[in-house]
Amino acid sequence: MDPSCLKRIDDHRWELPKTGAMRVPGVIFADEGLIRAMDEKVLEQVANVAMLPGIVKGSFAMPDAHWGYGFPIGGVAAFDADEGGVVSAGGVGFDISCGVRTLLTGLTRSDIEPVKRLLADTLFKRIPAGVGSTGALQLSPKEMNAMLRGGARWAVENGYGQREDLARIEEGGTMAGADHATVSEAAKRRQRDAMGTLGSGNHYLEVQHVVATYDHAAATGFGLREGGIVVSMHCGSRGLGHQIGTEFLREMTVAANAAGMTVADRELACAPVHSPVGQRYLGAMRAAINCALANREILTHVTRDVFHTVLPGARLTLLYDVSHNTCKVEKHRIDGREAELYVHRKGATRAFGPHHPDLPAEFSEIGQPVLIGGTMGTASYVLVGTERGTSEAFASACHGAGREMSRNEAKRHWQGRTVVDELAQRGILIRSASMRGVAEEAPGAYKDVAVVVEAAHNAQLARKVARLEPLICIKG
Amino acid sequence: MSRGFSALEPVKLSMPWEHFRHGADVGVRGSGVSRAEAFEQAALALTAVIADPSHVHGEVLVDIRCEAPDDEMLLVDWLNALIYEMATRDLLFGRFAVTLHDHVLDAKVWGQSLDRERHQPSVEVKAVTYTELSMAQREDGTWVAQCVVDV
Repeated sequence: MDPSCLKRIDDHRWELPKTGAMRVPGVIFADEGLIRAMDEKVLEQVANVAMLPGIVKGSFAMPDAHWGYGFPIGGVAAFDADEGGVVSAGGVGFDISCGVRTLLTGLTRSDIEPVKRLLADTLFKRIPAGVGSTGALQLSPKEMNAMLRGGARWAVENGYGQREDLARIEEGGTMAGADHATVSEAAKRRQRDAMGTLGSGNHYLEVQHVVATYDHAAATGFGLREGGIVVSMHCGSRGLGHQIGTEFLREMTVAANAAGMTVADRELACAPVHSPVGQRYLGAMRAAINCALANREILTHVTRDVFHTVLPGARLTLLYDVSHNTCKVEKHRIDGREAELYVHRKGATRAFGPHHPDLPAEFSEIGQPVLIGGTMGTASYVLVGTERGTSEAFASACHGAGREMSRNEAKRHWQGRTVVDELAQRGILIRSASMRGVAEEAPGAYKDVAVVVEAAHNAQLARKVARLEPLICIKG
Repeated sequence: MSRGFSALEPVKLSMPWEHFRHGADVGVRGSGVSRAEAFEQAALALTAVIADPSHVHGEVLVDIRCEAPDDEMLLVDWLNALIYEMATRDLLFGRFAVTLHDHVLDAKVWGQSLDRERHQPSVEVKAVTYTELSMAQREDGTWVAQCVVDV
């Protein structure tokens, strides 16, 4: 993208002035290098989102923004329901509540190294990962509905996970307002064998070590210290979320056409919050958030079980759990008044600054942990939410690096076995059911996550706390 | 519906199906002498996102029927129906026979249970997006069906 298309506000803020049908300006948070590397389509999508009814303040793009569907990936927009504001299935995406959670282990690298191979093999055996994998848990229709209502709290009440985990999950582990009656039988059917599965593609479970801390007070508050071992996982609401996204995108598109409502891109199909379809979508989307939270809680339970077997005495506690693809009702200050808004984050992480009422008490002075996933050969990051990010960008930050290279290009460049062998020489054990999948996910196929994190840090959307590097990766 | 084809990349006639690039995901494109053939080839491109279609045998037959307001929504529904059948029956599909009457599609599709060793599936397809979605006839009379799928 040519930076001259934008108005430079400062080194990390670029404005797309309001023109034509745009109701608000666009703002991209990135340094000049990221702007130059960014697809032109991001600008078009930021502008399209800015045209949606009821949007307030701005159409935002995070430093890792790239060409998405309707919204850019890395897009953030908030809508005022009382001003005709909309909810958009395309603005949330298909993998509803896909997110990252990180567990602290209290272990150090010297504890892990002697058992690393056994730990990798046992995790791979126990964590259902990749295309066609199935979970051990099959829910009856009644149990499915209870899970969709209760999320991670349901999981804990049914023996998966620990009660103290809940405060460390967005929404306390249960997304309120979920309505299982708005979730189709097809979506529930698609979830039948998928509870407690990791998924495929860029989903993973990693054992990582903390290689650097940047903000010692926040790192200490989060329980992170250099040399410490953590476990991070990236996965979402599985088939249920995909099916809900599919069905409501279609319904909103057809309804918009029938009503003569024009949107700049079909994928932006949306419905007023105050409409029957808007309300049904919110009920189903929240149920999918609960599905994702329950799924990550079950995977946490299995992970704890594996650690208990391989490293008896290890106690895994939850640092935090963040979701990337959501629409949530949040209070934000707009023009000096507090407004209740429907905040869409599509490939963006919520990042509450200090003193936000929704933070657990122990993080109130620090801010929310912001977990940024990386690749199996590079690094992940922990950041912390800031007051500036909270007031400027509806408390949002980046979510990951984004791909540099297509899957087909990656397959042509690398062989899965070679990637696995090279990473093993660097002390990173990869376990995957598909070598073709490993080739497509080769670290070199991704952009440099450190550059994205640096931009988020410099823009003060979130502050760098720690860098994590993988030792074991169970690849979905 | 017939209109000029204006995708980002030219379609190679020697390739009845192919993938095209979209950021983090994959574009699937099928072409043929009829709309039905373009739909069949787009379905092959969909399978190829997951695994090599030539490794998928036709052991199981599934019937699919879709109806949509226009050709493009029909393409979305068709590919989404395949995604749903693959996800819920643990199948991969390698052969497709599509019949179209206006905006109603009837298809017979043949596939095989997913075998992780044999098929080496790399990624599951989550859904069909409306990005780069088009169903169009080229000047030489051939049809092209395409869209981006989310993986």
